[in-house]
Amino acid sequence: MLKSEALNVEKVRADFPILNRKVHGKRLVYLDNAATTQKPNVVIDTLVDYYSRYNANAHRSVHTLGEEATAAFEGARKTVSRFVGASSPEELIFVKGTTDATNLVRFAWAEKNVKRGDTIVTTLMEHHSNIVPWQLVAKKKGAEVKYVGLNKDGTLKMDEFEDAIRESPALVAVTQCSNVLGTINDVARICRLAHEAGAVSLVDGAQSAPHMPVDISKLGTDFFAFSAHKMMGPTGIGALYGRKSLLEGMDPFEGGGDMIKEVHTSGATWNDLPYKFEAGTSNIAGAIGFGSAANYLSEIGMDKVRRHEVELLEYALENLSKVKGMTIYGPEDADQRGGVLSFNLSDVHPHDLATILDERGIAIRSGHHCAQPLMEWLEVPATSRASFYVYNSFDDVDSLKEGLEKANEMFGA
Amino acid sequence: MSSAEIYKEIILDYYRHPRNYGKLEKTDGSARETNPLCGDDVEIQFSVADGKFGEIRYSGKGCAISQASTSMLTELAKGKQVEWVKELSKEDVFKMLGNPELGPARVKCALLGMKALKVAAYGYLGSKFEENNGSDS
Repeated sequence: MLKSEALNVEKVRADFPILNRKVHGKRLVYLDNAATTQKPNVVIDTLVDYYSRYNANAHRSVHTLGEEATAAFEGARKTVSRFVGASSPEELIFVKGTTDATNLVRFAWAEKNVKRGDTIVTTLMEHHSNIVPWQLVAKKKGAEVKYVGLNKDGTLKMDEFEDAIRESPALVAVTQCSNVLGTINDVARICRLAHEAGAVSLVDGAQSAPHMPVDISKLGTDFFAFSAHKMMGPTGIGALYGRKSLLEGMDPFEGGGDMIKEVHTSGATWNDLPYKFEAGTSNIAGAIGFGSAANYLSEIGMDKVRRHEVELLEYALENLSKVKGMTIYGPEDADQRGGVLSFNLSDVHPHDLATILDERGIAIRSGHHCAQPLMEWLEVPATSRASFYVYNSFDDVDSLKEGLEKANEMFGA
Repeated sequence: MSSAEIYKEIILDYYRHPRNYGKLEKTDGSARETNPLCGDDVEIQFSVADGKFGEIRYSGKGCAISQASTSMLTELAKGKQVEWVKELSKEDVFKMLGNPELGPARVKCALLGMKALKVAAYGYLGSKFEENNGSDS
């Protein structure tokens, strides 16, 4: 059996109780990590520990439980901000997830700063959460959204991008890693060019932060959005990094408890960063679990996580491309892509394929992956997608290959 | 549930060799339904003669289950009274497909064609009703 050179996969797998589960009597082969990831024991235990030992509201109560909950919540903020290289925890706002993060930027920054006739530059490979908020801003403010096109191999057309930023856009919003093609964009360069053109930059890190080392201080982005559940943390929690100078100039978009300094009948003053943007009781358990997940990944080492996924990708690209009728989308070079593999198999519809694979215990995603503009560009209604994480093995790729061959057999290809 | 049980030969046969696929030049009723989850997309068109389905066609794209069930429905409907769709139930569709064991996510695929047929037929029956009883507008 092939062994990963980057890390001991068996040891990692032992940390994930769900991987012992059988699906339709078969070993679970979980290849839907771009949708959400499985949770290690340490994250699950952290949640149980919070609820069973020190459940209390943060930032309010002076009793012991309240102080412990506050310390754990703020400790998680430090951990997560360090994990992505934010210069200070006060620049890290806890939100529900990546979609919530882009919408916070939409309401609290874009609606104030995008003017009639402005442009917002994004790309054809974005997730809907990095398209629809900007379409809504553009409609409300009389601005225009421009979409940078893609080369045949699924990389960004940088010449089109450079043309687009000549118009001095208000905002440049780009993903670091495509959730369909796996394309890794050079966001450091994109942010530099955006800033030179006077634009504010936002990077969608939903598919990058979980899978590769990310250092916001080196990327130079103004905003960076990501979700905990795609990096072994709980659902319903994510983070928005925002550059302090920008956050300070923004008004809160949700009013309520915890986001104020003083409230009088005549009005209110806003709390300090980041609390100004965290109205109401936060997802305290979620945040603490998020911190625990970031710690777990840091202990493995993000370099190793990335290297392992590149190994899996190389193996998958080589072996799956041999299956009859396979069309694989995105860059051919594993070094240029995240651990996401979208494909179509002859005339088997992705949903039929997902059902056939499910019977063999294999979980993949099928559909448009919340990226319909990209589906239009690919000229397909849907694709199948296998996406890897640190607990996937070469065996998992072999199982997928066998499943694809079985589907071919059933559909008579 | 095994996929061999879901993908009964009859479903694969209709998927590979669609019956009544195409479009009509003149229609008395039509409707298009999509399933945004999977991108299934079907359109049903028909003409009516003596209150019965005359020519009936479907077009679209999608998974084997949605396409086969729509194709089979067009065959089932042909020659029947348009009013018959009122009695058409999802159990009839499942039976027509050979009662595959479908999970909740795939049931929608199986019923997409029925939805299109019902919307199209009710649209036709509604317009007939207005013709016969006069319209306020």
